[in-house]
Amino acid sequence: MPELRGPLLDLRGVNTHIGQYHILQGVDFVVPEKQLVMLLGRNGAGKTTCLRTIMGLWKASSGKVFFDGKEITRTATPDLARLGIAYVPENMGIFAGLTVRENLMLAARGGDPDDTRLERIFRLFPAMKKFWHSHAGNLSGGQKQMLAISRAIVEPRRLLLIDEPTKGLAPAIIGAMIEAFGELKRDTTLLVVEQNFHFAKSLGDAVAVMDSGRIVHTGAMAALAADGGLQQRLLGLSLHVHQ
Amino acid sequence: MSRHIPLVLIPLLALAALPLVGSVPTWVTLTVAGLAMGMMIFMMASGLTLVFGLMDVMNFAHGIFISVGAYGAATVLTRMGGQMQGGTLAGDLSVMLPAVAAAIALAAVMGWFFERVLIRPVYGDHLKQILITMGGLIVFEQLIHVVWGADMIPLPRPGAITGSFILGDAAIERYRVAAVVVGLVVFAAMWLVLNRTRIGLLVRAGVENPEMVESLGYRIRRLFVGVFVAGSGLAGLGGAMWAMYQEQVTPQMGMQVLVVVFIVVIIGGLGSVGGCFVGALLVGLMANYTGFLAPKLALGSNILLMVLVLLWRPRGLYPVGKA
Repeated sequence: MPELRGPLLDLRGVNTHIGQYHILQGVDFVVPEKQLVMLLGRNGAGKTTCLRTIMGLWKASSGKVFFDGKEITRTATPDLARLGIAYVPENMGIFAGLTVRENLMLAARGGDPDDTRLERIFRLFPAMKKFWHSHAGNLSGGQKQMLAISRAIVEPRRLLLIDEPTKGLAPAIIGAMIEAFGELKRDTTLLVVEQNFHFAKSLGDAVAVMDSGRIVHTGAMAALAADGGLQQRLLGLSLHVHQ
Repeated sequence: MSRHIPLVLIPLLALAALPLVGSVPTWVTLTVAGLAMGMMIFMMASGLTLVFGLMDVMNFAHGIFISVGAYGAATVLTRMGGQMQGGTLAGDLSVMLPAVAAAIALAAVMGWFFERVLIRPVYGDHLKQILITMGGLIVFEQLIHVVWGADMIPLPRPGAITGSFILGDAAIERYRVAAVVVGLVVFAAMWLVLNRTRIGLLVRAGVENPEMVESLGYRIRRLFVGVFVAGSGLAGLGGAMWAMYQEQVTPQMGMQVLVVVFIVVIIGGLGSVGGCFVGALLVGLMANYTGFLAPKLALGSNILLMVLVLLWRPRGLYPVGKA
């Protein structure tokens, strides 16, 4: 019998305020281990705030966040990274003045990146090898995104939080990203915020949809992808528009 | 290529001044004086630019580290001055090295205290940072009056670095050459630390995007305390060198130099050590040339230089790619 495990990430009634604004309004959802959960929703629904709250960059005003059964609501960001949570922000957060090599060295806290993991990165994103000594600021948008994701996986991580990985990317690059994410999800748990429904449908195991700071739908990605009416109701657009 | 353009400004400024000064020996003397002044300002400003860049902290109290460093060195130099009477290099060094060490240590301890007590509670709030660091500067300047007195203290300059070299018809003060050498050593050391060590890598990344550095598992606050203390120590070293250059110490000296230090930080680009170095040399040269040609315009010329640089590069000579 397969081992039964609880969710890797569990949000219970999370509220987050930014200044006077009440952004997250009682968010509840789980991310099961070794699954890729897509967090969808219209602009301003609170998806980015949700990721930043999990990563400790904004503090939840109430509610609880659990990681592998342990409460992490008040855990500092560096400690969350040490627990194995990696975060790729919407702006990618690469260090433009550092080379590709230096960006990856920084993410490998033990020192130089492990050779096996580097080989995997070069296989997923050959451009990283080609531009190894180039300044990250000189890379194209797609290459910067590849670097941001490479940095998140240069060390073994248990959970990747990735905010809009396909934003502003050309369709050919999105295709390469789908391939790379397909490989990543084999051994890592991912929570991905995404606006591109085609990307979400291709990769997501499960989905959580946000609206006005609340989770309004959770379920299997395949079920949402198959139900045009549900897409229209939840996201305001049907699948064919995004393809 | 565009990274090298600001470097060209230094010889350009020097060459532009040559016909205005008229006499080559005078120009050589002024140029060496300008470079020496620039190096000392660089030592005082480099810590401030990193503090700006790394934690976005507006520290107007930086001037107190300069003053305290100068007073620390003055205390050692006046107490141990007898050992310099022999006129030997060994005798001079036996006093100067402890004086410089005292300046760095005192300013570094002061920096640690400031970060811990005054700055830590006001992270992220510029208005409060300006108010509390200005207040700290005033309070500690008064404490200098209490400890060392309000009067100017004359400083004996060691014999080994007193007097001048004669190069053709130009007289070049030995102290200025020593200041250039020390400045170059400090710049080289900073460059090596920032570009060849893991701590340096973290500092460079932290200046660009402190939040992302935290997300990678590093405690940026600890790094900041280290940079703050090291920057304060460097300001103390700069203060000691500046005091020996002026051959006197006054409680207001830190506050007086602070204006030029801020101009250098802004010209260089907030958070850029390389920009700070180039900016300091430009300001040092400009101050010396205009001090000779039109003394009343000395400070105004540096403000004009800042305006011109900002019109050309609004974020300074070497803008740091802030996230």
